[in-house]
Amino acid sequence: MEPQVRNLVDISTSPAALRSCADLVLGRAQWATQVFQRYDRSATMAIVDAVAQAIHDNAQKYADWAVEETGFGVPADKKLKNELSAFPLVDYYRDEDFINPQIDIGRKIVKIPRPAGVIVALTPATNPISTINYKIIMALMTRNAIVISPHPAARACCVDAAEMLARAAVSAGAPDGIIQIIEQPNIPLIEEFMKSPKTSLILATGGDAMVRAAYSSSNPAMGVGPGNAPVFVDSSADISKAAERIVDSKSFDNSVLCTNESVLVTLTQIDKQLRRALEGYGAYICSDEETEVLRRFLFHAKGFNVEAVGRDAVWIAQECGIRVPVKTRILVTPITQIGVEERLSKEKLCPVLAYHVVPNRTQAIAQARAILRLTGAGHSAAIHATDERVIMEYASTVEVYRVIVNAPSSQGSAGFQTNLAPAFTIGTGFFGRSSIGENIGPQHLVHWTRIAYNKDPSETFGHFENLGPEFAGPLPQAPADGVPGSSSPKTIVPPNSSSEFTGLKSSGPKSSGPKPYREEFSREELRKLIAEELRAALKR
Amino acid sequence: MSQSKLDFLERSKEFWNPGKTQAWQDMGVDLVIDRREGYHLYDMDGQRLIDVHLNGGTYNLGHRNPELIEVLKAGMDRFDMGNHHFPALARTALAEALAACAPASDMKYTAYASGGGEAIDIALKTARHASQKKKIVSIAKAYHGHTGLALKAGDDRFSKLFLSEDTSDEFIQIPFNDLNAMEDALRRRDVAAVIMETIPATYGFPMPEEGYLPGVKKLCERYDAFYIADEVQTGLMRCGEMWACEKYGVEPDIMVTGKGISGGMYPIACVLISEKCGGWLKQDGFAHMSTMGGAELGCLVAMKTLEIVQRPEVRSMVNFISDYLRAGLDKIMAAYADFFIGIRQHGVVMGLVFNHEEGAKPVMRHLYKNGVWAIFSTLDPRVLQFKPGLLLSQEDAEEILRRLEIAVGLAREEIMGNRRRSF
Ligand SMILES: Cc1ncc(COP(=O)(O)O)c(C=O)c1O
Repeated sequence: MEPQVRNLVDISTSPAALRSCADLVLGRAQWATQVFQRYDRSATMAIVDAVAQAIHDNAQKYADWAVEETGFGVPADKKLKNELSAFPLVDYYRDEDFINPQIDIGRKIVKIPRPAGVIVALTPATNPISTINYKIIMALMTRNAIVISPHPAARACCVDAAEMLARAAVSAGAPDGIIQIIEQPNIPLIEEFMKSPKTSLILATGGDAMVRAAYSSSNPAMGVGPGNAPVFVDSSADISKAAERIVDSKSFDNSVLCTNESVLVTLTQIDKQLRRALEGYGAYICSDEETEVLRRFLFHAKGFNVEAVGRDAVWIAQECGIRVPVKTRILVTPITQIGVEERLSKEKLCPVLAYHVVPNRTQAIAQARAILRLTGAGHSAAIHATDERVIMEYASTVEVYRVIVNAPSSQGSAGFQTNLAPAFTIGTGFFGRSSIGENIGPQHLVHWTRIAYNKDPSETFGHFENLGPEFAGPLPQAPADGVPGSSSPKTIVPPNSSSEFTGLKSSGPKSSGPKPYREEFSREELRKLIAEELRAALKR
Repeated sequence: MSQSKLDFLERSKEFWNPGKTQAWQDMGVDLVIDRREGYHLYDMDGQRLIDVHLNGGTYNLGHRNPELIEVLKAGMDRFDMGNHHFPALARTALAEALAACAPASDMKYTAYASGGGEAIDIALKTARHASQKKKIVSIAKAYHGHTGLALKAGDDRFSKLFLSEDTSDEFIQIPFNDLNAMEDALRRRDVAAVIMETIPATYGFPMPEEGYLPGVKKLCERYDAFYIADEVQTGLMRCGEMWACEKYGVEPDIMVTGKGISGGMYPIACVLISEKCGGWLKQDGFAHMSTMGGAELGCLVAMKTLEIVQRPEVRSMVNFISDYLRAGLDKIMAAYADFFIGIRQHGVVMGLVFNHEEGAKPVMRHLYKNGVWAIFSTLDPRVLQFKPGLLLSQEDAEEILRRLEIAVGLAREEIMGNRRRSF
């Protein structure tokens, strides 16, 4: 008979157990970042590049897995997003230095970067892997440790991906534990992570409820609100190009990026032409009856229909009994009103685009503002126009922090078809009750200690060139006296060069006892959770 | 010192242990532990101490570990000590959990005690039964506890006083790290067992030389003696693996675990017994009894302790803690090279060696004054036992080093005066 490890008294859901589990993971992360902060820039970038390579090489695998597990999105698009969160992201910041001191002779100031420490990163079900990749890359670039809290609906692919990236990081010389993931996330446990004094910063991407909880945790947090991007097609636009970009954007990953266009606003004078152009690129324009069926299908009494999130246009049409050509990429629902009385003017994380026609620009801008009053404040908006005056008027009036011009908004706001910072966490700033209005980047994960001299010219500024902090690198391995080959302190193994370093701390536990926090999330709870999040996001 | 502490110490002398109470005062350590939490102790006058004594690993997981408190509290809703005559849910469950992580695949049974010494006695009795021989070989200056047989296997510093030393040549003591002496002791094939602390703790953690422990095991096999591993201080992840003997490649026939397995929360110690040594358990299961040995509440705490120490995060923490502290200790040693002359280390089992026959005592005292509690080695007071916890935070580790540096400097000055350092 084999011995069994049993649990006679189950304390796994007790606050003490949850807190202790969080404390242990975060304690390990604290150690990891402290050691990581001994690394110089080239050692750090070697790790970043190795992880980017692992992301790139596995882009397809996890794209497929995410779609299979969550039912959201399009594998090919998810693959692209995964790839974008590897080298293009790294290259965007490659020339920035978050590690060496910076000297400003004119101001007699030296700035020394100080990483946040331990980052707790909440990631969503809609863009699970790309968000994980992105947050991990940013954390590594700034020598922070990261603990990922995956959305329960995307748990399995996230755990596998994060562990794979953790191995890649350690193989490239990173301290063990620099990337961790909560294997069995549940709300009380996540709350313990968020409120722990060992957490330096929470990076919250996901449902509004979670983002608000992050802000209420008492720890520093950067969270983002929901989107609901208006897109204005002006009479000065190249209509054909505008139509093509909008359809591309709306169908990209079946609109699960919160930067996707939600309501198209255009002018009577180009209405017919625009409809024809949209149809030409694979849009299906619904009749009033069809629009009504869609309205009922997408919005239940309590909010958005979770079933429809990230589904493709043909699937949605079929569910609604609408006959569409098989090549249909998006569904367009003309609406005559904007506001609380028209549910289709709210956020729709699926390839359904509301379409609203107004007689003039003034009304168009007023309607765009109204769309963002419902939900999506501080997030994204798009405009297709060549007249700078209307672009300026639109951008300075709508309450968002990024206005995408003549580009698909899904990709453009996330920095992939514009020169905005590539990001899967879009700061929604003061409009959106967030602490940051930009696309979040590594610069947000370090603060700087400033050496500031007396500005009186009689006090001369020192010479700080080549005086950087000591980058001692990885800790030498302590001896295990009497164990063959490990009795005297090892010299530092340079990262990247040694498989021995890789293997050092990777051996797993011999047997796993009952793990209090590895408790399963029931399907029922899961469905409820997603529904609640979406409801909260779409309600306003 | 507060009046209330003075008063208390008087009562302690009066009613508890005058000699021990006074001895600490004489050594300049007037500690009376009151509150305790994590790796922090608070003296009854309020001084905080970071604990790197941990009673030899008893508090591996910190004082009053919240999960252990929780499991004990919850356990009390259903269990008490239990009735040791009967099969018992918790005793069997813990035995299985131990078998699942035992250092040898044929280690199947667990016999229970309420403390380490008692468990050592069970181990020695078990070996005697299985071998039908009486002699026990142990290491000079070994320490296995103060019960009948354990006492005789240890240094006579503790047995003679009580007229309890071995007088019938059943207990043979030989020097550590000496395979020739070991072979001489075993050659006649009249030895029941060799009992080894994997790293002798109370002797100041002299480290087994490469090949020594596997050599002892081989000699045991050659001369029909059993190998008993005393993992009371070294087990439970302190050396980066569940049991230190695993790191040295030794599969013991019998193993004793104590101290840390109790979580410092409910007394318990365990003897893991291989199939080939467990004959008495079949022949006469009532042959050894202990009312409190393996109390079921203790078993629940022990199971939680086992579960916690086997989490992957803990292994990682132990590596960080031992690497980080070593790097810091090396620096301090370099700064006081004529006084602080050596570091013995395996994981978070550490002994700091000082260049004076009682050198660890002033270091202990100055550490105490500087908010760190670490104890000298009773059987080799040149060595300070330095035993940080498995879950020590980076912050506390840094604090320990900062305070140690100061204490070593002060102790050096006290012992060596202002003699110029020649380095
Ligand atoms: C190695 C070793 N074995 C056995 C014991 C005895 O344990 P206890 O004090 O629980 O009887 C000790 C106690 O210090 C010890 O260090």
